[in-house]
Amino acid sequence: MKVVVCVKQVPDTKGGVKFNPDGTLDRAAMLTIMNPDDKAGLEAALRLKDQYGAEVTVVTMGLPKAEEVLREAIAMGADKGILVTDRVLGGADTWATSQTLAGALRNLEYDLIITGRQAIDGDTAQVGPQISEHLGIPVISYAQKIQIEGDSVIVERQYDDRYHVLKAKMPCLITALAELNEPRYMTPGGIFDAYKAEITTWGRADLKDVEDSNLGLKGSPTQIARASDKVRKGQGEKVTLDPSEAVAYIMDKLKEKHVI
Amino acid sequence: MNLEEYKGVFVFAQQVDNKVSGIALELIGEGKRLAEKLSAEVTAVLVGSDVKGLADELAAYGADKVIVVDDPELKEYRTEPYAHALASVIDKYKPEILLVGATAIGRDLGPRVSARVHTGLTADCTSLEIGDFPINPVPGKEQKHNQLLMTRPAFGGNTIATIACPDFRPQMATVRPGVMQKLEKKEGAKAVIEEFNPGFTPDNKYVEIVEVVKNLTDTVDIMDAKILVSGGRGVGSPENFKILDDLAEAIGGTVSCSRAVVDAGWKSKDLQVGQTGKTVRPNVYFAIGISGAIQHLAGMEESDIIVAINKDETAPIFDVADYGIVGDLNKIVPMLTEQIKAAVANK
Repeated sequence: MKVVVCVKQVPDTKGGVKFNPDGTLDRAAMLTIMNPDDKAGLEAALRLKDQYGAEVTVVTMGLPKAEEVLREAIAMGADKGILVTDRVLGGADTWATSQTLAGALRNLEYDLIITGRQAIDGDTAQVGPQISEHLGIPVISYAQKIQIEGDSVIVERQYDDRYHVLKAKMPCLITALAELNEPRYMTPGGIFDAYKAEITTWGRADLKDVEDSNLGLKGSPTQIARASDKVRKGQGEKVTLDPSEAVAYIMDKLKEKHVI
Repeated sequence: MNLEEYKGVFVFAQQVDNKVSGIALELIGEGKRLAEKLSAEVTAVLVGSDVKGLADELAAYGADKVIVVDDPELKEYRTEPYAHALASVIDKYKPEILLVGATAIGRDLGPRVSARVHTGLTADCTSLEIGDFPINPVPGKEQKHNQLLMTRPAFGGNTIATIACPDFRPQMATVRPGVMQKLEKKEGAKAVIEEFNPGFTPDNKYVEIVEVVKNLTDTVDIMDAKILVSGGRGVGSPENFKILDDLAEAIGGTVSCSRAVVDAGWKSKDLQVGQTGKTVRPNVYFAIGISGAIQHLAGMEESDIIVAINKDETAPIFDVADYGIVGDLNKIVPMLTEQIKAAVANK
């Protein structure tokens, strides 16, 4: 069984976001991590490796620095890392990103492709389903449980007020929720392997069956009209009062606003 | 692609168990507002099995036209037949704009459809406008008019971006539930109803539904609440949420919570407010023991009145609170509940 996991290196928004003076994101000043949903997807793949001896290949698209997440994945137990990087791929929206990754995936054999549901920088949740469409395979998004049964995969697919148990013949693409599992830590042996591991690097020429017009900034149907810091509503009043005064204060405000 | 051929504002009218989802009505309301600016109509696309009866409800909330795709294959939501239905509607009717709810269904359907018809899709929009792109004229570049300008938060709510899709149609957006306003219901309003079936032939992309498991808890949707009493990690324990329950009951509100509370297993996910939970805009939002991570603020800062109680005076929740109280929630909340009860009783 062959499993390919798509991961993304993202800024760690938990530690706060830093901006350049011109208002753009200061990526260099921020720590990067493997996107949490992707990490859960990787863990799901590694469990298939533990259970069925699946071969796990990890693919990422990004700047050369994104090689770091591939080494992290190998340190966790992945077999192979492929970095897709090329100047002409920069500035891609989700359409062009999914075209790029589909172009890379066409070079690989797979029974399952696992992506995270969404990345914490863009939060779009689009790239997984779009890849599946380009490859002509079924997609199951929002996976909270994954099992294999013969040549099929059985997945619990989360919705707001329910879940569906879905069965699809492989090959199939699954998008993983961070809730899927608790990702394992890197092992000392794994870190040693990761340090030595050879990372395969692919550029534009290595992408299969993709037109130039579908890649990078020029191949992106969506364009940014404007980007800015979030303008927050102004701070209201802040008071430090002892409890009974505080209650009187809140009661006054609620009455003033006709809440009670 | 001849962009001129694409006309009208279409919305995907999500239904689940043959009940129209709230987001469908919100999208019709917003779609109508956009359509008026384009002197166009708003068309609801209703997809399901035995759903034709829902068309009148869509009309009552403002749909000018309803396209019904009705087929037994569409009984429960599945990506492939639904994507086929919506992509076929796009091919045949050529809408200029297509809005889909940013729900667990729409966030799966939208990308699959946009990839199939080759157009852009902007995710989780919180504001839509019709305007020029580029917004300001750029020498040597054509400025296109009457474009859909789609605004969305990114980087966990730290930035907002406005996106356009000038060269492809339809201009597609998923829209966060709870952000757009539905129109006043007009009983008896009629829409033009058109049935369309592109034909459904199961193939490898049709997954099998083995089981549908509904959550047993019959919970109130926090997105519909007028008053939310929301607790964070500062509440201290699941047992201590009792004081929030009591306050909610006294004031006629509903209890919700922050992500930390869900992660700790104190409350279920459907009560979570924030970027990865629900967007709420109640009349009053009590933030009790919630520090106010940016992801939380993204889900509640549009509330009309925000009352925050927190012992940490540097908590970011105070940056958005209308009334911020630095103090001990364990003392303040029960006392507040008593006074509200008394005030209500005296009315």
